[in-house]
Amino acid sequence: MGSVLRYGVVLAAVLVAAGGVAYLFERWDYAEHYRMFVGSPESLTSPAAILRGALALDPASLIALGLVVLVLTPVARVAFALLAFAEQRDRLYVILSLIVLVVLSIGLTGHSL
Amino acid sequence: MNFLVFTLVVFAGSLFAGFLGSLTGLGGGVVIVPLLTVALGVDIRYAIGASLVSVIATSSGSAAAYLKEGFTNMRVGVFLEVATTAGAILGASLATRLPGPAIEVVFGVVLLLSVFLTLSLREPPAAEAPAVGDHGLAHRLRLSGSYPTATGEVNYAPRRVPLGFGIMAGAGVLSGLLGIGSGAVKVLALDQAMRLPFKVSTTTSNFMIGVTAAASAGIYLRRGFITPGLAMPVMLGVLAGSLVGARFLIRARPRILRFVFAFAIFALGVEMIVTGLHL
Repeated sequence: MGSVLRYGVVLAAVLVAAGGVAYLFERWDYAEHYRMFVGSPESLTSPAAILRGALALDPASLIALGLVVLVLTPVARVAFALLAFAEQRDRLYVILSLIVLVVLSIGLTGHSL
Repeated sequence: MNFLVFTLVVFAGSLFAGFLGSLTGLGGGVVIVPLLTVALGVDIRYAIGASLVSVIATSSGSAAAYLKEGFTNMRVGVFLEVATTAGAILGASLATRLPGPAIEVVFGVVLLLSVFLTLSLREPPAAEAPAVGDHGLAHRLRLSGSYPTATGEVNYAPRRVPLGFGIMAGAGVLSGLLGIGSGAVKVLALDQAMRLPFKVSTTTSNFMIGVTAAASAGIYLRRGFITPGLAMPVMLGVLAGSLVGARFLIRARPRILRFVFAFAIFALGVEMIVTGLHL
């Protein structure tokens, strides 16, 4: 499990770094310091849009894709814990892990209460 | 400064945050947000978005090392995560509705409260308390475990499980609201409320931190709190810093960690309140 986690983090870091270098290359001289909150463009707020942008090698989308992969690494940890509990025939903890995954999935849809 | 310099400054600060975060179980968020808002004038919403990313990065980045060393208690982690993830979604929903300055003040107050709690507790660190047999909820939920020391495995059993669960729900809300890992609250709950050995508390908290943050990430992303140009140096800096920090954990002594922890939080809490109230 540890190696899957490591690969996930490495993949995320590579995507973010690659996108980051390209992003900096385009904007290194800009004056953007994120002082004013204007939200994010549509292209970066949903996984589908991010994937489309990343395939088109848009730097911001590549970074965003790396971030999505990063967010998925803890989810993978819970999934692996669930598998470990299943292997130990620990029904209580399989159910608890499942509950956590369900809550995580709700969170990942992005809809707030 | 231009964007490149800005990015490098953020990267350097994140390196430090990641290092400190993996040593103390904080997750780096408590350093990142004040750094960005107070020192660099970044809007609080972008700051908490970047912070949330850093929290997941620290947690996942140092995770492999911890699991190998045998400290993390997965059952405790998963059980308490039911509380933290639910709380995180509630907290993130709140974050989308509160005005910026309000979030800043809440952030500062929470930091100060954490320090107050840490310093005012009179019980000795759990590592020094004698091992007790497990009973009640800890036994029914099979939450006991053991951890490696120089002299062999030491057994332990969590106490006051319902209290720990309740505090974790609160920690989840804070995490979602402020983009932090709530490592301080989590470690306090595990260490003081549930009396787990300190290194078990910090590593298990680390496991939970990433999962809790992932629960609010979707909401943050959809609302545009997480912006690529800012999240990028933060994530990479924190990852690098936490990888270095993870190597020090086994050799570190709990007492030193506590003091570093309390001092850092206090200073940052004051700064946040000052900023939020526009003093």
